[in-house]
Amino acid sequence: MSRPAQTEKFQNPVVQWIDERLPIFTMLIKEYGVFPMPKNANYLWSFGGISLTMLIIMTVTGVVLAMSYVPHTEMAFDSVERIMRDVNYGWLLRYVHMNGASFFFIAVYIHIMRGLYFGSYKKPRELLWIVGVVIFLLMMATAFMGYALPWSQMSGWGVTVITSLFAKFPLVGDGIVTWLWGGFSVDNPTLNRFFALHFLMPFVILGVVFIHVWALHVTGSNNPAGVEPKSEKDTLPFHPYFTSKDGFALVAFLTVFLATVFFAPLALTEYDHFKAYDSMVTPPHIVPEWYFLPFYAILKSFVYDFTVTLSLLAMAGLLAAFPAAYVYFKKDVQKRNLAFKGVGALLGLLVLVTLLALVTANLEEPSLAAYLKVVIVPAALQGVLAMFGSILLLMVLPWLDTSPVKSARYRPVYKKCLLLLLISFIVLGYAGAQLPEGWPVIAGQVATIYYFAHFLVIVPYLSRKEKTLPVPNSIHEDPRCASKGK
Amino acid sequence: MYKKSLPLVLAAFVAFAAPAPAVAAEALAPPKQHWAHQGAFGTYDKAALQRGFQVYKEVCAACHGMKLLSYRNLAGIGYNEDEIKAIAAEYTVIDGPDDEGEMFERAARPSDRFKSPFANDKAARAANGGALPPDMSLMVKSRHHHENYLFALLTGYTTPPETDAEGEPIIVPAGMYWNKYFAGNMIAMAPPLVEDGVSYADGTSASVEQMARDVTQFLAWAGEPHMEERKQMGIKVILFMLVFAGIMLAAKRKVWAAVH
Amino acid sequence: MDSTKKHQADGETRRDFLYLTAGAMGAVAAGTAVWPLVDSMNPAADTLALASTEVNVGSVEAGQTITVVWRGKPVFVHRRSAAEISEVRAEAWQELRDPQSDQSRVKSGHDEWLVLLGVCTHLGCIPMGSKVTDVKGDYNGWFCPCHGSHYDKSGRIRKGPAPTNLAVPPYEFISDTLIRIG
Repeated sequence: MSRPAQTEKFQNPVVQWIDERLPIFTMLIKEYGVFPMPKNANYLWSFGGISLTMLIIMTVTGVVLAMSYVPHTEMAFDSVERIMRDVNYGWLLRYVHMNGASFFFIAVYIHIMRGLYFGSYKKPRELLWIVGVVIFLLMMATAFMGYALPWSQMSGWGVTVITSLFAKFPLVGDGIVTWLWGGFSVDNPTLNRFFALHFLMPFVILGVVFIHVWALHVTGSNNPAGVEPKSEKDTLPFHPYFTSKDGFALVAFLTVFLATVFFAPLALTEYDHFKAYDSMVTPPHIVPEWYFLPFYAILKSFVYDFTVTLSLLAMAGLLAAFPAAYVYFKKDVQKRNLAFKGVGALLGLLVLVTLLALVTANLEEPSLAAYLKVVIVPAALQGVLAMFGSILLLMVLPWLDTSPVKSARYRPVYKKCLLLLLISFIVLGYAGAQLPEGWPVIAGQVATIYYFAHFLVIVPYLSRKEKTLPVPNSIHEDPRCASKGK
Repeated sequence: MYKKSLPLVLAAFVAFAAPAPAVAAEALAPPKQHWAHQGAFGTYDKAALQRGFQVYKEVCAACHGMKLLSYRNLAGIGYNEDEIKAIAAEYTVIDGPDDEGEMFERAARPSDRFKSPFANDKAARAANGGALPPDMSLMVKSRHHHENYLFALLTGYTTPPETDAEGEPIIVPAGMYWNKYFAGNMIAMAPPLVEDGVSYADGTSASVEQMARDVTQFLAWAGEPHMEERKQMGIKVILFMLVFAGIMLAAKRKVWAAVH
Repeated sequence: MDSTKKHQADGETRRDFLYLTAGAMGAVAAGTAVWPLVDSMNPAADTLALASTEVNVGSVEAGQTITVVWRGKPVFVHRRSAAEISEVRAEAWQELRDPQSDQSRVKSGHDEWLVLLGVCTHLGCIPMGSKVTDVKGDYNGWFCPCHGSHYDKSGRIRKGPAPTNLAVPPYEFISDTLIRIG
């Protein structure tokens, strides 16, 4: 097949020569030059680009820091201090990297909240959203492993506590933890593998970000009105409109970031992070970095073991659900059968795990009372499952929220529920930093219940029942878009 | 148009930017003090640092090492090369092995680390009734309330109250001392500072409070020796960024002026 | 009409100015940000502080060479016999590839001591000749095995590809038997 003769697209002959062989300039113009952006996209849409910039800053400073860092338990802490004291500009690189992690999470949290508010996860952007959640998970893993590297009290004990969570899994738990550690305690093999993976992960994230951006450029960006662009009147070319807008947002964000780096570099960290790791002394109050606190609070919110007694009660409840479903779905046989199957499956699962727990239980004095107290799912395992579940839940959000209206602007009730979600997330963050006693535990539990209820009950319910406000026909007919300009 | 969503974002930012982890409320919170090196423009008081170094050298160094510092670092508190050589030469360090395979003693050089009072942690414990005097290189940075805590601790030795909150009599065991700012109140370190414990070359009267204040500042410097450089660079960087942001905003407005 | 055009032209000038300024500031910011990254790879303060080495040469016999490490590289300290000194000083040094007198390569008053950076000036190999059993080359000094450079007992290049004499590191005699290199 013969190619059609190419017309000269670029005036610069070097650019033209390269582009005929590798159409990188054509691609750049298509994706970042004339790429149509909804013209009403506000500054919240800048946080994707800001996040990418933070990723690049973290990767570059990280690679250079790795040149002076020694991943050995005997030398890691001192090598970080050598970076702080002796390496030229080492203190700057370290503070940028340390605070950069926090600001990366700030940018990403805003980016996620924007997605939740304006329904950016909905059709046709489901895959884009899921890839985004994958990036978030990878970031959390990377940040966690990076926190271990200075080998401080917070590093060593943070690793100990979080890796020990895996011991809560039945049967395989202890094996997993020993495997993660590469030994019988958090020690040099652990530090070495954490360093190797921490160095690798940013590049993996960059790859997934590429997929994220690729998917974005297939569907195009969502916008505050939540209606897809219909004509050229609805969009503006990415350059110069959004290059200038994102550019300003980026510089403003970096100004706040740099102010923290230069004037309050320790504001977001713990004082115990400046004590070398001592495997014989645990600090009295051990907390993860702030960006993990909400999830840490979810973990700590589960304090009751799921025993045989509770299991029997739950079984009774499920049995009662059969006649209830029979009455509720009287007219729709299909739905009734579906409900029966669902309840039946849950019941079967409960019976199975209860029997398993009873059979494997090793009781000294078997009696009815003792059997009733047998633990099926310990509180700690519930916490671990809930913590991971709270993030995985985001992946299925596109199918939990089936409302055809994207933007929360036109969903008055959803908007209020989302505010509650944000508040409960902040409450969780606060509770996560407190000692697990007294009212912070209760506050954390209430917030945890809301977090899960929001996604599993409220969102699906509102999808069907909420009375939404009229959505504008198109972006340029949106009165809020038109009134903004002048 | 994003007036509604902005407060949400701000609320989230504020909530996360100021995490306030609770600490077991065992010891008294140290009162806030004014320190010359605090704030965006604060610089170290060099005279205080040198006095503080003297306190460290003559008092603290008997038990506490500072293994992250070298004598050459003293240039940062205003000593010149000859003075640093003289200070280093006051100490003997073990070097070697020499050509015969023997370790030998020599006078310390500026490139040597501060000499530790004990050969290792076990020796330190053995000499201190089982308690390990912590290394002081990062003492200010690695303690809650930082400078304020250290100052309060050094000046916080009092006679214990007769009874505790539950009315039980308080008995301070032998080898322990009562300090209202130490977690648990019982500290193995005897009150280190006594009136005129050192004689300052600059004639400053060496009250316990003065020495505590000086040595706290010296230790703040030891933990963060590049602080002045950091703040000076920071001021330039932030001024640049503010102008840059202004230009970017103006450019953005210019671009968007034609829209609508 | 004219005033509108003029207005437009003014607007364009102002716009171009803003773009140029923004671009220039971005370039300055990026360039400045690169410097700490690059400079962090230069020798750190502790590395620079260890840049001097003291050597006790009291036990070195005439005709013997000892090798000490300075900045991670070998330094040859050779104690020459009177015969060796007179031999190298008899040469017409002006004719050499890298013309240097022997006197200019040692400290006067300590003429028997030759201190050399043991790195071949060709491509950085370590010349042989410091040990009694080593090949010493055609000029009875040092011989580089990599590409066959021959140095004399003053460390001067006499034959082979090396362009210059073996370098003399900065050093001083603290006492008659103590040398500080660096």
